[in-house]
Amino acid sequence: MSDLPRPEALFANIDYTPPKADWMDVPVEIKPGRYCYAANPDSVNYVGLPHARKWNPLDDDWKLPENWQQIIFDGLRERLHKFRSFKIFMDICVRCGACADKCHFFIGSGDPKNMPVLRAELLRSVYRGEFKTFGKILGRFAGGRKLTPEVLKEWWYYFFQCSECRRCSVFCPYGIDTAEVTIIGRELLNLLGLNIDWIATPVANCYRTGNHLGIQPHAFFDMIDFFCDDIEDITGIRPEPSFNKKGADILFITPSGDVFADPGTYTCMGYLMLFEYLKREYGLDVTWSTYASEGGNFGFFTSHETMKRLNSKMYMEADRLGVKWILGGECGHMWRVIHQYMDTLNGPDFQSSRMEVPTNPITGTVFKNAASTKMVHIAEFTADLIKHGKLNLNPKRNANVHLTWHDSCNPARGMGLLDEPRFVAKSVVEKFTDMPEGTIREQTFCCGGGAGLNAGENDELRMMGGLPRANAVKYVHEKYGVNMLGCVCAIDRAVLPNSMAYWVPEVSVCGLHELVANALVFPGEKERETDLRGEDLPGMEDE
Amino acid sequence: MKALYSLFLVFALAALALVGAGALGMEKAFGLYIPFLAVAVFVVGFCMRVVDWGKSAVPFCIPTTCGQQESLPWIKQSTIENPSTTGGVVMRMLLEVLLFRSLFRNTKVDLHEGTKVTYSSSKWLWLGALAFHYSFLVIVLRHMRFFTEPVPGIIAGIEAMDSMLQIGAPTLYLTDLVFVAAVTYLFIRRVVVPQIRYISLVQDYFPLFLILGIALSGIFMRYFAKVDIISVKQLAMGLVTFSWNVPEGIGVIFYIHMFLVSVLLAYFPLSKLMHMGGVFLSPTRNMNCASRKFRHVNPWKFENVHYHTYEEYEDEFREKMVEKDLPVDKPLAEGAE
Repeated sequence: MSDLPRPEALFANIDYTPPKADWMDVPVEIKPGRYCYAANPDSVNYVGLPHARKWNPLDDDWKLPENWQQIIFDGLRERLHKFRSFKIFMDICVRCGACADKCHFFIGSGDPKNMPVLRAELLRSVYRGEFKTFGKILGRFAGGRKLTPEVLKEWWYYFFQCSECRRCSVFCPYGIDTAEVTIIGRELLNLLGLNIDWIATPVANCYRTGNHLGIQPHAFFDMIDFFCDDIEDITGIRPEPSFNKKGADILFITPSGDVFADPGTYTCMGYLMLFEYLKREYGLDVTWSTYASEGGNFGFFTSHETMKRLNSKMYMEADRLGVKWILGGECGHMWRVIHQYMDTLNGPDFQSSRMEVPTNPITGTVFKNAASTKMVHIAEFTADLIKHGKLNLNPKRNANVHLTWHDSCNPARGMGLLDEPRFVAKSVVEKFTDMPEGTIREQTFCCGGGAGLNAGENDELRMMGGLPRANAVKYVHEKYGVNMLGCVCAIDRAVLPNSMAYWVPEVSVCGLHELVANALVFPGEKERETDLRGEDLPGMEDE
Repeated sequence: MKALYSLFLVFALAALALVGAGALGMEKAFGLYIPFLAVAVFVVGFCMRVVDWGKSAVPFCIPTTCGQQESLPWIKQSTIENPSTTGGVVMRMLLEVLLFRSLFRNTKVDLHEGTKVTYSSSKWLWLGALAFHYSFLVIVLRHMRFFTEPVPGIIAGIEAMDSMLQIGAPTLYLTDLVFVAAVTYLFIRRVVVPQIRYISLVQDYFPLFLILGIALSGIFMRYFAKVDIISVKQLAMGLVTFSWNVPEGIGVIFYIHMFLVSVLLAYFPLSKLMHMGGVFLSPTRNMNCASRKFRHVNPWKFENVHYHTYEEYEDEFREKMVEKDLPVDKPLAEGAE
């Protein structure tokens, strides 16, 4: 982060005045700090995606295949036919500008090509210029452009500055969703081997080892085992999780980020403690899989097909183990995929007929809203448990926490998981304050690193994109003393700590089940002196 | 510059009608043939576009959820913003189409000292758009009095409502005022707001000027030139009953008005104005959000997809799995190290 300017300087540089020249005349300039490194060819090769090669975005020559234009045209034509969303979004935008200042990357950077409308126009102009009669004849006069290498570079630069958060689509009078345009845009770029490494390598890892981080089964076991050691130290209770267990009732799948890095690890410890509690108290049989050890899906940021290939493991593993249904951990885009794609993509091919409509065996609640996909969000599950009084909770243990809630983009706008996590959170903490209207729920802001953009090298972009979220946190921090930002997303837990350290250093980040586990009282546990982070519990500071 | 091009284009079109129907005496062409053709292009073109969209598949259920999902029975669902029933989806679409629900959310961002960002409600675009579309609708509806005999009560009623202020003769229509004001607002924000000017294309200004031209020529005809309304009605009735004739002496301003309307109709299916049809087909708004409850079926298939099966996975990692007592489907091969 050495080249990153101070927050005040970064902020002072935001200028919403567009350049004098027409946007089609402003050449793309790929700026360090705002782009991610090119995909490692080995990763692209591993999953059999085309045109793997070493290339550098800063070079003039991107070593494109000779017929690259034809590949794009064919790909575009095919997708216009396969995706009505894409075709309609290419055709009906009136450029009213309602979306313009809704994008966190625009708000934080002022770059006009980060206005959702203009990001889409980058592609739309080529659609008009190469596919539509008016545009072909009249060219610029009808808003049409030809597909040149410069235009392609511009696509690449700006489609990897969109985190597919869908905030713009909430405000669009026709529901035009830039995420949809970016998804197709990236899919086209992938036809030419133009992925970024922060997406391509996790995809290859996930394909091979079952998770983005490339954790092999023995290491996955060790990491969980290590959390169990910590939990034992803190609570005196040692969880005994099961792995790849045939005949278990429920398969649990969470993003591997939770296994790997703080503060997600505390959330992971939270899951382990919850399941141990439920096993001891009610005999719940949950198993973890090392094969389907990834909730997230970076395939979603590559192409629909790659998303399908990675997602298939969930149903395949549920079938192999013979579980009744799947429980999913705290992750953002994972839930967009599960809620809106999974059953369509892989339900017909891989969903086992032995799976049942999810029922919480402890409360008897039938999750009718998951009747077809047969996968339940852990916030739904825990909310149900708490509502039925099945957990012994002591919120005083979280008395040091003044929580605010970050609705992660995908669960908010691609699912509508808003009040379940709030209910859980308010049951386990004493102080809870929401951020202002317009920055939460369906209007929530992206953390700044979604859709595969949480690489190290694009730190400036991430801090710019993180500004709107951090700004709202700062408001409740200064006004109400909020000191903790809760979320249900592993990417958030990776991105927001940096963004908070940069914009609001006094606020930390946590997952929901970290707070649940801190409050959860096991029968016969020893008196806890610290929380899962090893920090003194309230009232234990002096001892 | 783009605005000037568009303005010039509309003037050129008006001049074309002026010369054609006026100096060259081609009243039949401008009063009958061109309008008829334009209507045909509009109807056929509009249908073709909608059918063309309809031919594209809807592979996934991707509504934008704008409220609490259907989940546990005691959690209050937002049944319209995140609908899980057909009724809810219909309500959502009605709010969107009739009241511009999404535009109503509009906010404006501002930067302040001390790295502070604020968002304030900004409803002007919503108000302007609503005023524009509804006054346009009323104007179209009351024009139906030219094409019907006897005039249906509802149309007469709309007209009476619209002229309830009883100012001047002929009486002033409220919608004329609102319409011109709304179009002017939509134009002005395009030129004044820097971001909007930056994204605006010729095809954004052109329909605005065209529509403004239609409104102004109509207003001029009614309140100032006072064209012979009986003859206009004769011509209009002739158009719809296919007994085509052109009454004498209607006045060239009428033909300009007619021609600009014809251009708008013919241009409609080729342009962004198709948002009128497209909004109904937008998958982020018109789909049921309960996508875990009901399976959405993709009409096309992925072909030749490769998966990494558990067997392949275990084959690669079996030894390491056995080492940690993780269950395996096949035991380690005899003699394996």
